[in-house]
Amino acid sequence: MIGKKLTTEEVIKEIEKDLVFYKESGGGVTFSGGEPLGQSEFLEGLLSGCRKKKIHTAVDTSGYISWEILNKISPKVDLFLYDLKLMDNERHKKYTGEFNELILENLKKLSSIHNNILVRFPVIPGINDDYQNIKEIGKFLSSLKITQVSLLPYHYIGIDKYRRLGMTYRLAGIQSPSEERLSEISVILSKFNLNVKLRG
Amino acid sequence: MNERVKKLRQESLNTQPYISIQRASLVTEAYKKYEGTVSIPVLRALAFEHLMENKNICIGEGELIVGERGELPQATPTFPELCCHSLEDLELINNRKKISFKVNQEIKEIQKEKIIPYWKNRSIRSRIFKEMTPEWKECYTAGIFTEFMEQRAPGHTVADDKIYYKGFSNFIQDIEKSIQNIDYLNDFEAYDKQEELKAMLICAKAIIRFAERYAEKALEMAEGEKNPRRKKELKKIAEVCLYVPAHPPRNFWEALQMYWFVHIGVIGELNTWDSFNPGRLDQHLYPFYKKGLEEETLTWEKAKELLECFWIKFNNQPAPPKVGVTLAESGTYTDFANINTGGLKVDGSDGVNDLTYLILDVIDEMRLLQPSTNIQLSKKSPDRFLKRAGEIIRKGWGQPSVFNAEEVIEEMLRQGKSLEDARCGGTSGCVETGAFGKESYILTGYFNLVKVLEITLNNGIDPQTGKKIGMESGELIQFNSFKELLAAFKRQLHYFIDIKIRGNNIIERLYAIHIPAPFLSIIISDCIEKGKDYNAGGARYNTDYIQGVGIGTITDSLSAIKYHVFDQKNINMKKLKEVLKNNFVGHEEVRQLFLNKTPRYGNDDDYADDIMKLVFNAFYKEVNGRKNTKGGVYRINMLPTTCHIYFGSVVGATPDGRREEQPLSEGISPVQGADRLGPTAVIKSAAKMDQVKTGGTLLNQKFTPQLLEGEKGIDSLAHLIKAYFKLGGHHIQFNVISADTLRAAQKEPEKYRNLIVRVAGYSDYFNNLSKTLQDEIISRTEHQSC
Repeated sequence: MIGKKLTTEEVIKEIEKDLVFYKESGGGVTFSGGEPLGQSEFLEGLLSGCRKKKIHTAVDTSGYISWEILNKISPKVDLFLYDLKLMDNERHKKYTGEFNELILENLKKLSSIHNNILVRFPVIPGINDDYQNIKEIGKFLSSLKITQVSLLPYHYIGIDKYRRLGMTYRLAGIQSPSEERLSEISVILSKFNLNVKLRG
Repeated sequence: MNERVKKLRQESLNTQPYISIQRASLVTEAYKKYEGTVSIPVLRALAFEHLMENKNICIGEGELIVGERGELPQATPTFPELCCHSLEDLELINNRKKISFKVNQEIKEIQKEKIIPYWKNRSIRSRIFKEMTPEWKECYTAGIFTEFMEQRAPGHTVADDKIYYKGFSNFIQDIEKSIQNIDYLNDFEAYDKQEELKAMLICAKAIIRFAERYAEKALEMAEGEKNPRRKKELKKIAEVCLYVPAHPPRNFWEALQMYWFVHIGVIGELNTWDSFNPGRLDQHLYPFYKKGLEEETLTWEKAKELLECFWIKFNNQPAPPKVGVTLAESGTYTDFANINTGGLKVDGSDGVNDLTYLILDVIDEMRLLQPSTNIQLSKKSPDRFLKRAGEIIRKGWGQPSVFNAEEVIEEMLRQGKSLEDARCGGTSGCVETGAFGKESYILTGYFNLVKVLEITLNNGIDPQTGKKIGMESGELIQFNSFKELLAAFKRQLHYFIDIKIRGNNIIERLYAIHIPAPFLSIIISDCIEKGKDYNAGGARYNTDYIQGVGIGTITDSLSAIKYHVFDQKNINMKKLKEVLKNNFVGHEEVRQLFLNKTPRYGNDDDYADDIMKLVFNAFYKEVNGRKNTKGGVYRINMLPTTCHIYFGSVVGATPDGRREEQPLSEGISPVQGADRLGPTAVIKSAAKMDQVKTGGTLLNQKFTPQLLEGEKGIDSLAHLIKAYFKLGGHHIQFNVISADTLRAAQKEPEKYRNLIVRVAGYSDYFNNLSKTLQDEIISRTEHQSC
């Protein structure tokens, strides 16, 4: 689908082709990006279309978006996949280019109006896998109502794509986290009464 | 597996197949003695009797289930009455790199002195080629179709449950009753029936005698046996062989040995296509298994050991050596015995039982080429059944394949079979639907759909030879619409199917008259009641198949013409002809256009899939319902075995971008590399074919081991299978890719465009990955699959 313009109807038609598989596996559609909420009106149309056809929807978001949009779209979404990377505001700014206040605020509000949020924590060695950050995440999430926390181990598969696109890959040299480290993180987060899942 | 099984299995795997001349010699002796003095069915029976009375009796060390087709494991007899090998053939069979059989000097001598002089002009193969018309021969040579019966006999049938409640002494009574019922006054076929039934009687007695000889041998060996444990086993073997096949089996061991004698009888009488098999094994054996466990005369371990010994027996009997086109279409030692598990019972309830799981364990442990195995998955099957099968599938050696039980039953109902007969049937060979024990469902030949298109594009001329072998259906440049082209294709199709069936009508009668199969006829309903041979229409149902090959290639080719010539006008017919004629040399840009900018089958794109349906329906309408010589009708199948490679070798460049001599698409799978949207899109496309109209379709899917890892991998596999079956799919099988394949994909990415690999937490097309990452995945795959 790279580089193709489609109308809402066309996308719905494409989604519907796989109806039999959603039914068989209990699956559905995931809207991801970039940032799908960046095209919120288009997304809203698609979500409404899916709801009409009783297709399960998930929206994968960074949370860096205005609350109005999130609030408006929330009733039409079955599941949110919400990324959470760093609790420290300065470090967040350093690695992502933006502060995290809006992201944290949105998650807080969203969890009070939506009951199926899966928080995704990409574990990047040396950047956000330190005890401090993990503890902060645990503390923050334990005060909210969320369904699950998923640990996504960092991988460097993207290197090739960056190379193909002639872009510099700025995380070069970072390895995937070890299985031991992942299970340690899982243990720490579980202590905050969170439902933690590896790669889930 | 225990030590005994391990040893027997290793012997089976380590022994190089070789030619045995014993059968050919004995059959020739019998023919020389009796030919001209008795009717042909009786002659065939006397030859069978002579064989059963004199062939070598072999009980291998440690064996529990006994009987070989040749004198020893992997000794492979020839069938000169079907195909009389020349000395050059034997040389070739001995020397060829793949599928070779060792032939020693003595055998060559006997072949030269005894076999060839008698059979050279009498073999069915020579009779067939003598009787076929020049048109038929031209089509055969050009690769329009193959002919199954030119080297092997009609078979394509499978045992049902009758041999577990009837022994051959019971069959003898049935045959005698049928003889008594012959109405010599009003039935003008009375004599034919009498001779056929007399032949069946001789065969029934001969198989009992054969078993007695095994009993005698076992007792003799027991006498000299020092090891008390083996001595006891040999005595037990003698006891079993004295009871079955004369009487219905009383226990698990006897049930297996009963079947095995029948098997040896069928594949010794003739070299039948698809070696015969016990069919719904878990259904047939379950009562014996249950009773044994209840009465404490059998244990799970003993049942497993017996089953494993039974499994090895299949692997000891390679398919007799083929030559010529038949070798090209089906070059394998595999004799296509295909055991069914699961499915439905006669009352419509779930057929999966404890023995089903034991059989799956055996499949998992044995990992043998033969017997092949499948599961019949129904809506009523427990999840555990598919899950256990999935665990074996992901190990990557291709077994078991998966069938849609409800679809298979619906296919049979559509063909007019009774509900009970349909439910007791299943699939055999590769994917062929049949009413086990009651139907002769003969594959008569593969049919090259793509070659017919090539000839249509050349107005009846085969561009490979310049010969006119088709009809004049119009010059390509004069077609003004896709519809006109399709109409021309249909006319050619009609012309070639007529030629094929005209040939079949003669070949079937050659078999009915000259090569009846009275032994096989005993166990297939309703040959005894009708007094008619299996090869002459004695079975309850008589279906002939023509198997369409290359649906993916022809669909994409027609799609390219429709899209680029008629719709988009990117290229005209004149240029198209030139490009194809030059095998795309100097026209790479056109080839790339066809390959990459054409709606293609396998992507859930109606543009292409509708064309697939047009071709499929044209083939179906042309063949389905035509009458055959046995009182039955023709149906279609969509399966290739390995014929898509041979058929590809005789077809020039095609508008789907395929270069000359390259393989055609296989089964109902898309053209290699044409499907780019993953397995779900393939399944959606394939399911648009109305598969109920067939007697079997074959869909192959390729995965790497990582994709099927863990619980989640098995679940995904199950969901994919169930979704396909919900849409009406007949069969699906999975190839789990080896590191070698990945290496090949690295070298020729174009051919492997659809190859999906599990990268990290996600999957990607192998071609999309950098060399480094590809290398990493190759090493990972290598590591995991060993």
